[in-house]
Amino acid sequence: MDVILSVVCPVCGCCCDDLEALVDNNRIVDVRNACALGAAKFLNYSRHRNTKPLIRKNGRLVEASLEEAIERSAEILANASYPLLYGWSSTSCEAIRVGLELAEEVGGVIDNTSTICHGPSVIAIQEVGLPACTLGQIRHRADLIVYWGSNPWSAHPRHIERYTALAEGRFQKAIWKRYLSRLVFESASKRRYRVASLMFKGGSASPPAPEVFSQLLPPSEERKLVVVDVQRTRTADLADFFIRVEPGGDYDVLQALRALIRDEELDVDEVAGVPIETLEELADLMVNARFGMIFFGLGLTMSVGRSRNVEAAIKLTRDLNRYTKFLIMPMRGHFNVTGADTVFTWQTGYPYAVDFSHGYPRYNPGETSAIDVLTKDDVDAALVVASDPVSNFPRKCVENLVKKPLIVIDSHMSATALVADVVIPSAFVGIEAEGTTYRMDHVPLPLKKIVEPPEGCLPDEEILRMMLERVRDIKGRESS
Amino acid sequence: MEFTLITGRTINQGRGKEHGKFSEEYLVNVAVCEMNPEDMRRLNIKDGMNIRVTTEVGSVIVKARKSRRIKTPGVIFMPYGPWANAVTKPESEGTGMPLLKGLKANVEPTKDEVSNLKDLLIEAYGSSKIVKSEEQKLWM
Ligand code: SF4
Repeated sequence: MDVILSVVCPVCGCCCDDLEALVDNNRIVDVRNACALGAAKFLNYSRHRNTKPLIRKNGRLVEASLEEAIERSAEILANASYPLLYGWSSTSCEAIRVGLELAEEVGGVIDNTSTICHGPSVIAIQEVGLPACTLGQIRHRADLIVYWGSNPWSAHPRHIERYTALAEGRFQKAIWKRYLSRLVFESASKRRYRVASLMFKGGSASPPAPEVFSQLLPPSEERKLVVVDVQRTRTADLADFFIRVEPGGDYDVLQALRALIRDEELDVDEVAGVPIETLEELADLMVNARFGMIFFGLGLTMSVGRSRNVEAAIKLTRDLNRYTKFLIMPMRGHFNVTGADTVFTWQTGYPYAVDFSHGYPRYNPGETSAIDVLTKDDVDAALVVASDPVSNFPRKCVENLVKKPLIVIDSHMSATALVADVVIPSAFVGIEAEGTTYRMDHVPLPLKKIVEPPEGCLPDEEILRMMLERVRDIKGRESS
Repeated sequence: MEFTLITGRTINQGRGKEHGKFSEEYLVNVAVCEMNPEDMRRLNIKDGMNIRVTTEVGSVIVKARKSRRIKTPGVIFMPYGPWANAVTKPESEGTGMPLLKGLKANVEPTKDEVSNLKDLLIEAYGSSKIVKSEEQKLWM
């Protein structure tokens, strides 16, 4: 049995690079250091798998040769006048580069999954910039961590342990002990409450849950964790300080904080369900931090206000820098969505939603973004790479997508593959193929090949390259 | 009663996804709607009961799940996935991003069954492209 060290996890934007895979006879038997999400991928990736290219004939998907599937795809793309090329954030930077070439060749619109996760953040960053750093800096130095509208416990399970509150940094220690003693304290007070309510019948059925832990705030030099969200997530359970905002109220709260930080009086009792005193406490905490960090998630980008919410958060960070050091970073979801944005930008000048129909790249989210071209029913064919828009897009968009000729390159058999006209199975990048991925803080990391792919499953990059060549042949034939 | 629907990631949705989108694991973790216990009592919904979630776009049937994390009455939560997206709105208001958190929704108990992914696709998008399950055993 071989043990492969320093495997980079191809699941979420944390791109943990300390995994150890145990491989026996070209099979992964175990993986160490991974979280539940990472382990689920390494141990189950080969289930529910289709390893044969499929083409739809008379309404049915039937097995075909790779050459046939590439030929059919190239025909679809070459004959389309405005195809959509979508996905990209779960494949390697090398494959994305070929995808961009292909989009230019066919004069289509190319978009990555940023469009339905941190697209609004990108818009905001283009307006006001982004003071950021690498995650290592935060691990060693940050003494105030704020997760705003993000729930790493569920979406980036090792983020807290590797980079923030539970990480043992050089200058900042983990908050394990404090968290444990708070758990003990809370369960004791619940028990006391239960006894009390037995003796004095008629009280409310559950103890008044302590929403704000300000009374338990740690000594000022210790690292602190604050969570702001619309519901009490598991990440919030870990926090020293949890603030519940009404759904859609983030913008108001952020702007109120900006005012408080400038020492302005607010003439209201609460903002979006948060009492002013709580906000004042938070403002104090922020101003008095030596190195503060805000991680924001889809709670800001997907709710009312979208890019404006993010803009307010970045402006808050900017304001805080008048008093102390404060930085901010989006919690990127897919392992290579940051890479997708990066490759798009270095090739075209724009991070996502790039339209090549004029022969040069054009970018206008809201017009050239996948959701919008599909809602308006503008596209006449689509290529989906390593993504599942049929599961993840609103129904109206999917209705328009499934009507059109649809090509899917994916290692999974997804809902999108099921309604496609051509399905080309590929090797899992990071497991069966090498490649480059960008961590959420823009650090590039090498994905490893730890087992051989099933026969006939090529990496996305190779499949795309073959497709691009065939498209060029067809186009060349047409123009000559 | 009108609810505010929030969609989001959960760790079980993430794990289910890696088991495959057609797996039982994915179905039981994603075709659900988390609710505040008080709201459930008011609407006479028991944990694990089938409910119909309706927005201006359409409706979908999922299992109700009691959540002690949703403290504010009137808020419901569904994990990202095809079931939640059967009721989300596509308008992006010029940002490219549909409104996936904070939609208005209605909830009612129902006797109808929760559709598995394949049936959900057929119901939603017609069966022209989707082959019936018995013919399509290629990858299962
Ligand atoms: S936190 Fe993310 S990158 Fe790290 S092991 Fe878990 S899924 Fe993989």
